[in-house]
Amino acid sequence: MESLTLSDVEQKYYSDLFVYCDTDNTKKVASNGRVLDLFRAAQLPSEVVLQITELCGATRLGHFGRSQFYIALKLIAIAQSGLPLRVESLNSVKDLPLPRFVVGKNEAEARHAALYQDTDSQGLYSSSGSGVIPRPPGRGHQNKKGPPSSSSVPVHEPDSTSPVVSPHQSPPTSPHSWRKHKRQPSGGNTDRQPVVSAAGAVWTQFRETQTGPVSGDGMWSSHSPPPTVQESWVSFTADTPPSSALPAMHPSSVQESTTIRTVASAAMTNEIQRQSSGYDDPWKITDEQRQYYINQFKTIQPDLNGFIPGSAAKEFFTKSKLPILELSHIWELSDFDKDGALTLDEFCAAFHLVVARKNGYDLPEKLPESLMPKLIDLDDSAEVPEPTTDVGYSGSPVEVTPNKSPSMPSLNQTWPEMNQSNEQWETFSERSSSSQTLTQFDSNIAPADPDTAIVHPVPIRMTPSKIHMQEMELKRTGSDHNHPTSPLLAKPPELPEEAKLTASMKFVAANTGGESQSGTSPEALKVVAPPPPPPRPHPSHSRSSSLDMNRTFAAGSATGQQQPATVAYPPAVPPRPLPTQAEGVSGGGAVLTTTSPQQIPQQPNFADFSQFQAFAASEQPSSLPEVDKHSETGQVDKSSEGAGPLRTVKSDSQAEDRASATVSTGSSGPLAPPPKPVRRRLKSEDELRPEDEQHGPQKSNLIAAVLATQPSIPRSIGKDKKAIQASIRRNKETNTVLARLNSELQQQLKDLLEERISLEVQLEQLRPFSHL
Amino acid sequence: MAVCIAVIAKENYPLYIRSVPTQNELKFHYTVHTSLDVVEEKISAVGKAMADQRELYLGLLYPTEDYKVYGYVTNSKVKFVIVVDSSNTSLRDNEIRSMFRKLHNSFTDVMCNPFYNPGDPIQSKAFDGIVSGMMVQPS
Repeated sequence: MESLTLSDVEQKYYSDLFVYCDTDNTKKVASNGRVLDLFRAAQLPSEVVLQITELCGATRLGHFGRSQFYIALKLIAIAQSGLPLRVESLNSVKDLPLPRFVVGKNEAEARHAALYQDTDSQGLYSSSGSGVIPRPPGRGHQNKKGPPSSSSVPVHEPDSTSPVVSPHQSPPTSPHSWRKHKRQPSGGNTDRQPVVSAAGAVWTQFRETQTGPVSGDGMWSSHSPPPTVQESWVSFTADTPPSSALPAMHPSSVQESTTIRTVASAAMTNEIQRQSSGYDDPWKITDEQRQYYINQFKTIQPDLNGFIPGSAAKEFFTKSKLPILELSHIWELSDFDKDGALTLDEFCAAFHLVVARKNGYDLPEKLPESLMPKLIDLDDSAEVPEPTTDVGYSGSPVEVTPNKSPSMPSLNQTWPEMNQSNEQWETFSERSSSSQTLTQFDSNIAPADPDTAIVHPVPIRMTPSKIHMQEMELKRTGSDHNHPTSPLLAKPPELPEEAKLTASMKFVAANTGGESQSGTSPEALKVVAPPPPPPRPHPSHSRSSSLDMNRTFAAGSATGQQQPATVAYPPAVPPRPLPTQAEGVSGGGAVLTTTSPQQIPQQPNFADFSQFQAFAASEQPSSLPEVDKHSETGQVDKSSEGAGPLRTVKSDSQAEDRASATVSTGSSGPLAPPPKPVRRRLKSEDELRPEDEQHGPQKSNLIAAVLATQPSIPRSIGKDKKAIQASIRRNKETNTVLARLNSELQQQLKDLLEERISLEVQLEQLRPFSHL
Repeated sequence: MAVCIAVIAKENYPLYIRSVPTQNELKFHYTVHTSLDVVEEKISAVGKAMADQRELYLGLLYPTEDYKVYGYVTNSKVKFVIVVDSSNTSLRDNEIRSMFRKLHNSFTDVMCNPFYNPGDPIQSKAFDGIVSGMMVQPS
């Protein structure tokens, strides 16, 4: 609908005409009847009339809404001025005379005749509806209500206003005629009044109030809402109160008419001004409307701060008998936060849109600013309407936000930018959606972003492959025999754990680093040149160690190179991450993994030793499982290095491992031949890693097992420090050897995986063709 | 920039399909239909780890000489298929992912609408807008 700015005079004039034509009081004027008469009276060729009808959109809608009617009137005025009929000229033509409507005779006479002669068929308004003329009759008709004498007084007031209009168009006789039929109708009207009855009451109500569309509600003080909106509000099927309120208002207003009319003029001018402004912004919600919406909201959801669920809203709005598609569109517009539920503001916006739609307003593509949920108290929403905004969605946010800011200081923080401009208003909506996208993005980040996704699952999922474990066990057994690391016998379990921790940390760091370098992720790996996910093809890997391996391999040789280097590190310097490791040990692998990135290469051994020194025997069992976990996560080369010393230690502390293993497994057969314990230890490491909860029992069991199995291992915490240190040394050496072996095996595994991946890629490339 | 975007329901009938109408659209419809086979295969392939997070983004389903087909499946087995022109500068994987993400977001918005019955063709203008933003501008 084209925007239409009307002067006050025009506004009054048109509203009178509209009311005149709106015999059914539906605020929608049919194409027949008085509208056509009116147009005919404009003395324009019929094709022009048709063109006007089409331009104003009535043919599109099938009837004349208030806006269409006004546009039509304006176009009539344009046509009568001899200007070409264009939509643009609606607003651009200045000083346009009001449209003139003639019935064939002198206007004034026509008015008289129409008014006085047509009384039977019409209600209060008869005649062909002249421009200025109907208005005075309206006012005159107002007088009909009360005794003519009393009415005469108020009539003057309208008269005072009408002369403003009349000079525009009608000959000077109009005022006279006006007054004439002012008096005459009073007599006639009194006769008619009984006939008119309620309908007449309605009409007089309208006339009296002269609030134009607002009068439809019989609300004196209501300022102008969008004209059709109110009408549709009335016609809403589920909405009875307003319509019921209408008749109720009439009698009271009728009685008040005489007294009120004295105030009418002032009120009318105000209302007309507001009316014109309200007309400009068809999406504004008036106070009454908002109150009505709030009441409706309460019927569904008593808590005004609560939500209406989507299903309830659906039922409610389905009652409006709009097509589902339009309701769907309204929902999309009004559910601002896309949560599937309507807050009060959203509900009011949706209701308003439904009302507008029923009145023939087309749904906007975007939510109008005045309907945007305020996210503030209801009180503020009443302040939203602006008297003089442009049609459409321009200035309201600027005004709205100042309203909001004083009332809702807390919200100002969230909307600092909203106070600035329309663009920011828009950005708010975009922000809300973007925040949604952000949140959803985060949920998508987890799978999509390898680095963040991997770190946490790594500790749990990483386990050394069984092959590795077996190999390491073998190595360990071998190393046990070979290594004079037996002094490391009594190495507290913490050593392996810590080494593993460091190794795991390194590994994780390598993983994360490698992954960041390679930009791969589990998902990426899965999707590498559409190959199947790596976990699939690794039967040898127990848990998702393959993932880690792939990551490591994908990380490239960098980590591989680091690993041997790390392996080569003698366990001399206390690990920097020890404190973190300590935390990690207690806190779980994640902590360490996070710290690991910084500590990749140098620290496994450091960690080991510092751990050795730092941890007391009592801590050993507890750290053991955690170290296991970390070593799991670190795995590959890093873990190998850490695991090496760890495992050497473990080999020495076979009992511990066994105990831990047994503890983790739930059984405790602490003593076993050395190879077996080695294997079990490795397994137990794996098992221990995810089994934090067994730390406690493991501790005690480990200690007991250790003590039982290896006399060299200190039986108790404060037992034999020398033995402990000896076992530490042994374990470290074993760890070193095992780490080397591990790195070699990792390399082999990496190669194999690469081959596999390439084969899979080839297969994938071949496969699509099979689908064609 | 996609050449064709399709949303396919769990029962493998299309909820929404839109192509750049320069070429015969039927070819794209056929392509999308055949790509469903690949999607199904990929879904079942990861089926072992069903409980785990199955990757929603399926990646390149299959390439032909003219175009590439990318797939994405939601947790409710609603599939999104994007057909991209190969002659385009090959879009990076991340870009395709972001396109799917936007599609998914817009689709959930459509689902949230209580007036939308699941299984109906998608007629949301907002969804159309998002899709149009992703399509190749018809030249």
